[in-house]
Amino acid sequence: MKVSGHQRHGLWFAYISHRLSGLLLALFLPLHFWVLSLALNDRAALDGFLSWTDLWYVKVAEYGLVFLLSLHFFGGLRLMALEWLPWSARQKTYAATALAAGFAVSTSFFLSATFYG
Amino acid sequence: MINARLYIMQRLTALIMAPLVIGHIGVMIYAVQNGLSAAEILGRTQGSYFWAIFYGTFALAVAIHAAIGLRAILHEWVRLDGMVLNLVCWAIAAGLAGLGLQAVYSVTG
Repeated sequence: MKVSGHQRHGLWFAYISHRLSGLLLALFLPLHFWVLSLALNDRAALDGFLSWTDLWYVKVAEYGLVFLLSLHFFGGLRLMALEWLPWSARQKTYAATALAAGFAVSTSFFLSATFYG
Repeated sequence: MINARLYIMQRLTALIMAPLVIGHIGVMIYAVQNGLSAAEILGRTQGSYFWAIFYGTFALAVAIHAAIGLRAILHEWVRLDGMVLNLVCWAIAAGLAGLGLQAVYSVTG
């Protein structure tokens, strides 16, 4: 695949990661809502599903989802700062901070989900 | 002016969701500490007006926010346009809002 000049720009990475994290979260939402709806109709099925989340690879997938959510959150804050606040030469720093904060938050979740009992 | 309205709705829903996302991540980090079960989740949420309003607002805001975000992707990457694009996005918004509110009712009702 040919990589255009603008795609080498650091803030292009910020744009594409915000878009892709949003897309993946939107695709995940119907499944998330459906699983929670089991609480009303089929509580045993919900418990069966929740015990499935003890598997290590499901925990890794959850880590990925929380990372996507926190990346989209901090990336969105960066985007609104870009649009509404005076231009700052630190935009790349903010984008890198959003990525780092996403990692920090989702890693906290992962550690919390992994080390208990 | 539809694009200006969508732009404002996208930012407005983002601002509404910002504190809700922080709260949701906090709840997740707290809730997974002893493993998840239906009893643990429902013990926290069932009959709670606070969580019903918290997650009801979240579900409605995310339905609008996701539909507008997917609209931009469908337009720019899939080249959907006009009436088809609008219908698809209304269907996404309505579907997510319906599923989301049903989920909120299931765990708080």
